[in-house]
Amino acid sequence: MNGVAASPAGGGLVAAIGGVVRRDVLLAMRRRMDVLTSVVFFVIVASLFPLGVGPEMATLRIIGPGVLWVGALLASMLSLGRLFASDYADGTLEQMLVQPNPLSLLVLGKVWAHWLSTGLPLVVLAPVLGLQYGLGLDTLGILVVSLLLGTPALSLVGAVGAALTLGLRGGGVLLALLVLPLYIPVLIFGAGAVEAHISGLGAGGHLALMGAFLVASSVLSPWAAAAALRISLD
Amino acid sequence: MPPFRLPGRCHRSPLYGSAPYRLNQLLEAVGLECLRGDRRLFKDIGFGLEPGDLLHVTGRNGSGKTTLLRMLCGLVRPAAGNVNWAGRPITHLGDEYLRHLTYVGHQNAIKDDLSARENLSISCSLSGQKVTGEQVAASLSRMGLKGHEHLPVRVLSQGQRRRVALSRLLLAGTALWVLDEPFSALDVQAVETLQNAIRGHLSGGGMLVLTTHQEVPLEGGRVLTLEMGARR
Repeated sequence: MNGVAASPAGGGLVAAIGGVVRRDVLLAMRRRMDVLTSVVFFVIVASLFPLGVGPEMATLRIIGPGVLWVGALLASMLSLGRLFASDYADGTLEQMLVQPNPLSLLVLGKVWAHWLSTGLPLVVLAPVLGLQYGLGLDTLGILVVSLLLGTPALSLVGAVGAALTLGLRGGGVLLALLVLPLYIPVLIFGAGAVEAHISGLGAGGHLALMGAFLVASSVLSPWAAAAALRISLD
Repeated sequence: MPPFRLPGRCHRSPLYGSAPYRLNQLLEAVGLECLRGDRRLFKDIGFGLEPGDLLHVTGRNGSGKTTLLRMLCGLVRPAAGNVNWAGRPITHLGDEYLRHLTYVGHQNAIKDDLSARENLSISCSLSGQKVTGEQVAASLSRMGLKGHEHLPVRVLSQGQRRRVALSRLLLAGTALWVLDEPFSALDVQAVETLQNAIRGHLSGGGMLVLTTHQEVPLEGGRVLTLEMGARR
């Protein structure tokens, strides 16, 4: 083996994933508009419902968790199209395929960076928006935990859809059609956790299932997305 | 540039004892064929490269030069035939092969919102190279980008962006370079820097596959020419 190539076996992989994360987070910080659009979208959607439904506290408290979850889900989907599209356009994706580390782990790094720049702001904002729905403090806590477990899973599952629709015309709509049905389990258990807590059943079971979903998607979807990327670039 | 050694299996190994002429052929293409839809782009493309060889792929636009180069990088699967590295197909070698490869494609693979320095250091860490800040700075200044390292690449000219992309080569210690139109948009001075880098690469036992439409004198060990789209 040559001198440069012999070293990357262990440290090189960490450095490569770190490089991917660093690049995407830096880019997100320099193009704040992209991040802001999905956050503002979430704020607007979550604020429209109280305006439309009316100020009846009892009703708002019932629909609150579901509305916030759907809002967060749509907002995180909004930014999925950009996950690989710009890398595809400027050739950096091609470079990711000709480097010696497993592509799936680099994809995992990209998804992680995507979640940090789009998912995390949603998690932080959700309790503030939850106040509009008259949710109690402990309920807001469960909402945050469920989003903390759920939004990374959304980014992971979405990455597969984004990789499959890469370079297609009208890919945006197709991406939504592909990904939204796969989001359903996360939505059911996410919003369900908060509702179960409100009705006094305890959110533990729901949250455990969401954790399982997160683990399963972090193992399977980077691998599937990497395979889809190889096909998209052939 | 760090010197590199060839993979052990290429030296006198009993495996290749019966076929001495293949001993040094590290990169070998056998009967490559490419189909795009129902159109055949090329077929029966074959060559072998030894350390120090340069392969110049020529042909008119649309003759499949870029596709052939991407095939050598494993980005496109051939419809028939094989690309072999040290006698083994690259599809089997996977990462083992990619460790020896540096590909600079038609696109620059740099991010407009990052500076030249950030672009170079991140792309080095992606390809598994450990480089220091000084090495990055030295490579950029050798490429004539001194004073522009901290500007977002967005504000640089087309030629300067190409220089950022090519500065990767100065740090790469890989044995095989695959370059797609490396001289496009470069000025005389940058062409000369690149020529020097190529000369150093080849004299150190590296191999190079490139396409170019410019008349750039290239010397090294053997210079082979492969014409695409010719009647065969």
